[in-house]
Amino acid sequence: MAPPAHRRSGVNRKAQLGVFTGYVVAGLGVLFGAALLTISLLRPETFNGLRTMASDAAAPIGVVGAEGRTGAQGVFEAIAGYYRAGSRNAELEEEARIARVRLAEAEAVRQENARLKAVLGLATDNTEPVAVARLIGSTSSSARRLGYISAGRNHGVRPGMPVTSPMGLVGRVLEAGAVSSRVLLLTDSESMVPVRRATDNVVAFAEGRSDGSLRLRLVNLGINPIKPGDVFVTSGAGGLFRPGTAVAIATEITRDGAIAQLVSNPAATDVVVVEPIWQPEAVDTLQGRSPDSSPAPAG
Amino acid sequence: MERLNPQSRRDPYGSRINRRESTLLAYGLPWATILVGSLAPWLPIIAPAPVLPPLGFLLLLAWRLLRPGLLPTWAGLPLGLFDDLYSGQPMGSGVLLFSLALIIIELIEIRFPWRNFWLDWLTAAGIIVPYIVTAALISGAEPTPVQLAAIAPQILLSVILFPIIARIVAMLDRLRLMRVRRID
Repeated sequence: MAPPAHRRSGVNRKAQLGVFTGYVVAGLGVLFGAALLTISLLRPETFNGLRTMASDAAAPIGVVGAEGRTGAQGVFEAIAGYYRAGSRNAELEEEARIARVRLAEAEAVRQENARLKAVLGLATDNTEPVAVARLIGSTSSSARRLGYISAGRNHGVRPGMPVTSPMGLVGRVLEAGAVSSRVLLLTDSESMVPVRRATDNVVAFAEGRSDGSLRLRLVNLGINPIKPGDVFVTSGAGGLFRPGTAVAIATEITRDGAIAQLVSNPAATDVVVVEPIWQPEAVDTLQGRSPDSSPAPAG
Repeated sequence: MERLNPQSRRDPYGSRINRRESTLLAYGLPWATILVGSLAPWLPIIAPAPVLPPLGFLLLLAWRLLRPGLLPTWAGLPLGLFDDLYSGQPMGSGVLLFSLALIIIELIEIRFPWRNFWLDWLTAAGIIVPYIVTAALISGAEPTPVQLAAIAPQILLSVILFPIIARIVAMLDRLRLMRVRRID
């Protein structure tokens, strides 16, 4: 469609000025955007308040959507009930997969127990969850991988707290609003989690690759001991994540580690648990030592 | 009595007697749909990789190309700001890119005042691709080859989806001009 006639200013001085003003204002918009962008890249926490307020306002939509998602799953399950044989098989396979993860986790916990008891004479106890929430959305069109959960400061959620699902680690809280929070998912390229192999003490860092997989980088370089299928759990280094939570399964070996698939795929996760920071004192000390480090790299 | 013109009382926009377009609907609907498009992160899709097209931006392009002059040139500022609140991009990236896109369309329009479907699609594609790439580069994450490869499906999907969005916007445009207000 052609632009309307009043946009073709011709010799009309007033119309010319109007078009010119439009350009000036749009140009100012560009400059304003560039300034905002520079500020938020240099100091990412500047606009947290604004954003958390906005996400609190929109959270009800997400909750309705998440409930719809669960409801729709129910409907599809009812339909699928008539064609049970194939899906039954898939279900059992899924169960076996969970059991495998559980086994690896149990092995990790047993080891952890033995080590702690041996060194300190202490037993790890189960931590009380801070809040149980729904995963209600994610930045599905941005290159960053952030999720939204339906619990915030009112439920005791604070930035830095780990977010887990029944399958394993999902991410950690980045900003907490009153009734919703933003979660840095494990696959975000700014996310870094200290992990170790469930069966022994091969330690590594799990970095997000923002395409749905993780990159494991070994701390001790040398002969790469990782084999495809190895399960990695959080090591507890850095004090943020409780040790022994399943994180990823190595699928492809690289020179300095491996490419790993998430154990707890956020796409298949509905309910998540917000856990307290494992060792708040240690985290405080570490952050006190380097106060200018952004909250992104953990450990 | 036989009617001379069947369109004289009623046309696709509703009754022509005693009814007018609503100003709120006519001017508010484009803004409202773009804002709703920006709320797409609240869809119950938890994506492990960026897959969803930037719906707010696509709707903005579609409205701008369909109805020049309906959205002011400065519309990128408020719409981009709202998009930034939810998109996960750093604050200001939407403001910058939305405003730039509107200025670029303005310049293209001076060159080609009369456009057709293909030119509109080409224009949109020529803006969407740099938009997604730039947004990924300024997202605050380290730009790696993997990450750039990960946005390729999103780019493809957005470009392919644009004609459908444009068609939806055309339908909304018909809704926008419905005569719903009663004149007393």
